[in-house]
Amino acid sequence: MSLNIQEIRALFPVLHQEVNGKPLVYFDNAATTQKPISVIDALSAYYKNDNSNIHRGAHTLADRATRYYENTRKLLQQFLNAREEAEIIFTKGTTEGINLVASTFGRKYINEGDEIIISTLEHHSNIVPWQMLCEEKGAVLKIIPINEAGDLDMQAFKDLVSPKTKLVSIIHVSNALGTINPVEEIIELSHQVGAKVLLDGAQSTSHLEVDVQALDCDFLVFSAHKLYGPTGLGVLYGKRVVLEEMPPYQGGGEMIKEVTFTKTTYNELPFKFEAGTPNIGDVIAFGKALEFINQLGKKQIKAHEDELLAYASDSLSQIKGFIPVGTAREKISVISFNINGMHPFDVGMMLDANGIAVRTGHHCTQPLMQRFGIEGTVRASFSVYNTKSEIDKLVASVSKIAKLKNK
Amino acid sequence: MSIEAIQNEIIDEFSILGDDKESTIFYIMEIGNGLPEMPESDKTDQNIIKGCQSKVWLTAIEKDGKVHFQADSNTDITKGLISLLIRVLSKRTPEEIIQAELSFIDKIGMGSIIGSQRSNGLAAMIKQMKMYALAYQAKLNA
Ligand SMILES: Cc1ncc(COP(=O)(O)O)c(C=O)c1O
Repeated sequence: MSLNIQEIRALFPVLHQEVNGKPLVYFDNAATTQKPISVIDALSAYYKNDNSNIHRGAHTLADRATRYYENTRKLLQQFLNAREEAEIIFTKGTTEGINLVASTFGRKYINEGDEIIISTLEHHSNIVPWQMLCEEKGAVLKIIPINEAGDLDMQAFKDLVSPKTKLVSIIHVSNALGTINPVEEIIELSHQVGAKVLLDGAQSTSHLEVDVQALDCDFLVFSAHKLYGPTGLGVLYGKRVVLEEMPPYQGGGEMIKEVTFTKTTYNELPFKFEAGTPNIGDVIAFGKALEFINQLGKKQIKAHEDELLAYASDSLSQIKGFIPVGTAREKISVISFNINGMHPFDVGMMLDANGIAVRTGHHCTQPLMQRFGIEGTVRASFSVYNTKSEIDKLVASVSKIAKLKNK
Repeated sequence: MSIEAIQNEIIDEFSILGDDKESTIFYIMEIGNGLPEMPESDKTDQNIIKGCQSKVWLTAIEKDGKVHFQADSNTDITKGLISLLIRVLSKRTPEEIIQAELSFIDKIGMGSIIGSQRSNGLAAMIKQMKMYALAYQAKLNA
């Protein structure tokens, strides 16, 4: 059964407005998705009815807030098919998840001469923490190259991975190009040499079914705001055996079992990694975002997005001066492009004048842009609430803009 | 023409475009396309204006007590913006440049046309032009 997109759109208040005198066309979903009314209402309801600190208070409100908060963890366990809820840790986002793993797992297990493998496709947040760790430890960062289409060079990966490899930290789906990476194969090859694997799932979790047991990844990190949820909230999934062995991240309340001035014992999972009062309201609201996705079904969402992607790719590629960047075999609904003779900033600003929101620039992937010898791209990314008629508007605007320099 | 008169001229030109953001941006780009080419040898890191998202190079020379600016950018809209500034501020005495109040920017509602990122860049360009004027003023009075 296909989705009723108009009904879905009605759930997103922000979509129903004019920008620069034109109806808003929101194509910046890879940066952050919009929020359904259920998420917005849940956030407000929490502060109106239930606000209190969780896990500690012996009163009714605290108990209620705790149950709602832990319910989101339960939903996430099911969403990812994790073995247990204790493997789900709340963070501030993808970036914090990666930094957490770098400062705990990384500090403990990565030593001088050890190797960490990432790829050319990485977001800065999956580059810089490893550079910092390598600098501190004298470890070595290795990079899987890509081909012209934006697919990983898997032969190069096979040559790079070795018993020296301690961690492979890889983007599951590229935010800049949309490439879906063959992570099953990467995980298998990495495990053969005893390396652990972290998946940056910031872009995959909203579009693909991600089953952490089937994948067998050791860590998966992502951000709620790219899954119709609130900003500044994320998830770290880790296998219990790995998380148990890791030292805590931050010290403070919530993460302890007992504190004396001579010795502190740490709380069990997942609380060991959730120091301090967490982002309770946003976690609760995020539960509604997960319910929204579950109701639609990831398969249906993907089918709709794939249709939009194919439609947009076909129409845009007819335009004289249109240069696609990233034409991987398997992609999510992201189109990165340039227009011959024009800077992406200018294209973005002209699209904005037509009410069309896209991202322009390097997308926090400067090494990837350097690989293509470009400064940046224009990126249109589609979500479940987008329509073909919105794509028609994009195509009409891009045609008009391209004509300025491509007569 | 005085700085004031040129500013009024620009305000008039933009008022013809009305509220339509798209035609305003096309117009700014068109102005940018008319900006004289800067020699590649001047497009050095030293001449880059810090604080702009796009690349903007600015040079200044002094001739008969007046400061002549030349500038370029890798984006057409930024080129348009800088050519407006050059039209108002180039070939003037350091004092005129230092004292100039660029009211046309607010009057044409540039902030909402180009957005906050580029407005910051525009402010950085003006600052750099005034810095050149200050330096030449000091040199001329030495
Ligand atoms: C692939 C990828 N990794 C990491 C991030 C960083 O996410 P956040 O800023 O929410 O921590 C993003 C978001 O832009 C992303 O797309």
